Amino acid sequence: MSTDRRSLKNTPAAPRTDRGGRRAAGSSRSKPRAAPRVILLLAGLCASLIAFAQTRPIVIGSKTFTEGYLLAEMMAQVLEERGFEVRRRTGLGGTLVAFQALESGEIDAYPEYTGTLAQAILEAEGELGEEELNARLAPFGVELLAGLGFNNTYAIAVTGETASRFGLERISDLAALPQLRFGFSHEFRDRADGWPGLQQRYGLPQTSSGIEHGLAYLALLEGDLDVTDAYSTDGDLLRYDLSVLEDDLGFFPAYLAAPLVRADLAPDVKAALSALTDLLDDETMRALNAEVVVEERTFAQVAQSFLLAQGLVTPGETRAPTLWETLGRNTLTHLKLTAIAVLAACVVGVGLALLVYRSPALSAGVLYVAGLLQTIPSIALLALMIPLAGVGQVPAIIALFLYSLLPIARNTITALITIDPLLRRVTQALGLSEREQLRHVYVPLALPHMLAGVRIAAVVSIGTATLAAFIGAGGLGEPIVTGLALNDTSLILQGAIPAALLALGAELLFELLERRLVPRHLVSQQAM
Amino acid sequence: MGGIIEFRHLAKSYGQTEVFRNLDLDISPGVTTGLVGESGCGKSTLLQLINGLERPDRGTVRTFGEPVPVTGLASFRRRIGYAVQGTGLFPHMSVARNISLLGELEGWSDARIRARTGTLMELMALDGELTSRYPHELSGGQQQRVGICRAMYLQPDILLLDEPFSGVDPLTRADIHEQFLKLMGSESTTVVLVTHDMSEAVELADEIIVIRDGEIVRQGPVERIRQSSDAYVARLFGQGRAS
Repeated sequence: MSTDRRSLKNTPAAPRTDRGGRRAAGSSRSKPRAAPRVILLLAGLCASLIAFAQTRPIVIGSKTFTEGYLLAEMMAQVLEERGFEVRRRTGLGGTLVAFQALESGEIDAYPEYTGTLAQAILEAEGELGEEELNARLAPFGVELLAGLGFNNTYAIAVTGETASRFGLERISDLAALPQLRFGFSHEFRDRADGWPGLQQRYGLPQTSSGIEHGLAYLALLEGDLDVTDAYSTDGDLLRYDLSVLEDDLGFFPAYLAAPLVRADLAPDVKAALSALTDLLDDETMRALNAEVVVEERTFAQVAQSFLLAQGLVTPGETRAPTLWETLGRNTLTHLKLTAIAVLAACVVGVGLALLVYRSPALSAGVLYVAGLLQTIPSIALLALMIPLAGVGQVPAIIALFLYSLLPIARNTITALITIDPLLRRVTQALGLSEREQLRHVYVPLALPHMLAGVRIAAVVSIGTATLAAFIGAGGLGEPIVTGLALNDTSLILQGAIPAALLALGAELLFELLERRLVPRHLVSQQAM
Repeated sequence: MGGIIEFRHLAKSYGQTEVFRNLDLDISPGVTTGLVGESGCGKSTLLQLINGLERPDRGTVRTFGEPVPVTGLASFRRRIGYAVQGTGLFPHMSVARNISLLGELEGWSDARIRARTGTLMELMALDGELTSRYPHELSGGQQQRVGICRAMYLQPDILLLDEPFSGVDPLTRADIHEQFLKLMGSESTTVVLVTHDMSEAVELADEIIVIRDGEIVRQGPVERIRQSSDAYVARLFGQGRAS
């Protein structure tokens, strides 16, 4: 995900809320009136399919940074104004995720940048013009609409004070000031179109240190740093009164913002989006971003007041979902993700364990593979899921399922193979069939261990599922991801606290389950 | 001569250790046979060859006149009760369910299960209050009685007992012996009792087979063995008293 330099933006801001009060969508939808009965099911089916196709909402996505959310919100509101039904699936964890979601049809449009497309998707050397870009994007089935009017490229920022003290206006002015201290985000230091290229082009004598982007501005204000990298439309530039130096040698490539849409999107939708063409210049965008991060207004509010001023939307009631509604929806999604994954892992994990536990070699094999899966960092496993299962809830559930397999299979196998050999011998000698041995003796005896395994899987899954928001699965990770992007602690807590409570709840539930299912004297002798 | 259980040319080894080289042995139906010998003489292995827990390397084992089956072992074993030192009671089941599990699996009615469980517990002098207890709440002697009840539940044609009365104090053991004899008086079962204690065998068995290093050294009715002047038999008597 580090390929998306924009996802590194960190700025504090307001909680994100969707714009509610969707207008009754009228014009484009006409349900078939009373279909004559003679036309039977088939016609009815066709009609409802067509109706379904027509009523399918247009899904607008975004990546996880302020400007992305804000532009997505504008796109959504403009469409809603024209009677389209819109669903928002914002906060996709990076360029590759968002692009993949678009390509696979999970979303219909999201805001993207020319430079990002050229570099991260097309892996082109140098810059590509709009036509060239669209020609190369055609095979993916996506299309870049006309630009929104601003260029969110890299910029070099200094404090207003530093600028006036040294008379700094252009980047080339820096060459004569070797005493200035440079600190750049880690990605900027690594990218060819970042510090290495910049240093070479402008012949800069300074060395640079690496610093978290979110901390760089503070370091600048504290006087620990003099020069850092920024994005040219970053609202924080206004907030901290920073000066942007002119790229007088034209080193930085263009990152022109535009809606990226599915090529097969209905022409009237594309036309509706063109209302946003050339609507924003760098300064306007910077000011709007600042409204979110500094004034702590929601994306929906900022987008609406801007579009109102432009005459692109009419005043309507915007009823943002309440905190509790959002919380409830996220919690339900979260529970759904983990419940499906853990239940599936129970079936497969226990099934596998029962199949293999009698063979030490097979048991070792199963545990080895499950253990191997466990060592893949969760965010990497989620990312690996994208080419296999796309984005959204399915890959998230698959990933959580894979993680849950190990504790469940391991505990079941361990419990089964450590059953007292004498008990095993007697059970066989009394004439219990294999099924009866398992059902009446081995599984009940293994139950405390198995429950402990499921409990671990459930608790871990509830935690890991918060990462699933990065691939568009929603859930309690959604406010966390947005909160991280906005450096908004209260938003992060809206995901983190319920997730922690869910985990505690799961612990309690399994405790009760164990108390119900397992005789007490067996609980005490089983180690977790 | 034929038996309800027959071993012919039996050979069995565990790794390098040869337990039996070429054993022929018949167990008579309807009586209690004591297999007596020191630990490691192979007597427990003989029991497990009868119900198919172990298989011979060479030779045959016939039970009920047929070779021990390879498939359908579960229904075969339900005709053969099995109780063992250490009892192997199911720790997660109540006393009543430990005893009656096989009846439940056979699909018996609740009434029949209650009746059979009651009869057996009474014969083995187990208090009715114990039915809902778990095995770990019982004394060693009570656990052994439960083990016997469980083994006898389906009125098996053969009952295999592997030192089921050892490990309790002599007084308790005497009580259990008495109850066991009472139980055998009311059920007609072929019993094979493995023990290292000759006096126990003499008390409970009709016939005795003395085994030493995988070979039969003495075989016959109890009286004849008791009067034997064999030094090894005398030693087994002595050991029983010592333990």
